[in-house]
Amino acid sequence: MVIEQKNTKEYIFSLLEEVCDPEIPVLSILDLGIVRRVDLLENQLEIDITPTYTGCPAMSLIEATIKAHLEQMTQKTVIIKTVLSPAWTTDWISESGKIKLKEYGIAAPQNQARIQNILFQKEQVACPRCESLNTVLVAEFGSTACKSLYKCSDCLEPFDYFKCH
Amino acid sequence: MASKQSLIDSILILADSSLILAQRLGEWCGHGPVLEQDMAMTNIALDYIGRSRLLYQYAAQLQGEGKSEDDLAFLRDVGEYKNLLLVEQENGHFGHTVIRQFFLEAFQFPFYDALQNSQDQTLKEIASKTIKETAYHLKWSTEWVIRLGDGTEESHQKIKTAITDLVPFTGELTQAVSCEKELIDQNIFPDYDEIKRKMDALINTAFKQAGLELPTQVYMHQGGKKGLHSELLGYILSDMQFLQRAYPGLEW
Ligand SMILES: [Zn+2]
Repeated sequence: MVIEQKNTKEYIFSLLEEVCDPEIPVLSILDLGIVRRVDLLENQLEIDITPTYTGCPAMSLIEATIKAHLEQMTQKTVIIKTVLSPAWTTDWISESGKIKLKEYGIAAPQNQARIQNILFQKEQVACPRCESLNTVLVAEFGSTACKSLYKCSDCLEPFDYFKCH
Repeated sequence: MASKQSLIDSILILADSSLILAQRLGEWCGHGPVLEQDMAMTNIALDYIGRSRLLYQYAAQLQGEGKSEDDLAFLRDVGEYKNLLLVEQENGHFGHTVIRQFFLEAFQFPFYDALQNSQDQTLKEIASKTIKETAYHLKWSTEWVIRLGDGTEESHQKIKTAITDLVPFTGELTQAVSCEKELIDQNIFPDYDEIKRKMDALINTAFKQAGLELPTQVYMHQGGKKGLHSELLGYILSDMQFLQRAYPGLEW
């Protein structure tokens, strides 16, 4: 019975839900939207993931973590493939992921990730702590390449904004 | 079909330019004018390292000689590097770094945008991954060009010097060499005349806002794409490749 349950995609996804982004540990890789395909075979498990940013140093750690966790839990050989297309965008962060980001103190990406938005739109980012829109951009590149640094002019707290990408 | 060698050589022009620029930007780590810009430059460097990895992986796969991305990055000599002369130029002062970045992004933004329609599937995928990062880099460098050009007398003077120093290395960007010409003919690479028009438009718009002028009648240096470099590249490589040369096969 137990074995049967373990051989389902639902079970595999529940395991993937337990793998976190090492830089934003409140987000699972499913919240982040980087799991593209799961193929459950007799003795093997094939998983396609897509990189967030090309230079993201967390990607190889994420890959290693998925492999270790799933191999231990399923006793199958896990093969992970990186696919580039279609390119990952912040639009794929799940709604629950956006809520988790906010609770963690990071403002979630709020616009659709389009080139024109990146180049020409001044973003009105709400403070994740007090909801105020009275915020200012401090730096386009923050603690990591995927975030920029803002400051709230009402509660005076600095915060990270997960940029549209 | 374009010859495989032309495809590999053209990819190496892009890969080497990305890696050498990343190495240059990395030199700013801990030396930026303010903490936020120190982080901006190193984050941009990280994007460029990621981009060069994708390109080297593809070039190595096309070569089919069992080489890795690391072999291409660490075990080729100065004459084999095909990076643009622009990216090997020294960081100089912050204005030099900003202008070097801006000229390159003004080329790369229309280039990678158009490359999303390449006949080559892998290049198309790499371009679609790269274009949004390039948009952020273009935005960052454009804002600084305007801020420094339209800033104090000193910042204006400094960025003007940087323009004079670096314009001679911009001709090469849109001057296709034979391997690139082959790819352009096959619609794998976009038409460089069209890219140049878009590049000039981006530069003119920013310079107008910044109160700056683009010098004309400038002698343009060529050769980077064919492996003819200034002595600067040797210093960069001896630093960057030291570990793999001294301890072959060493892993992190
Ligand atoms: Zn606030």
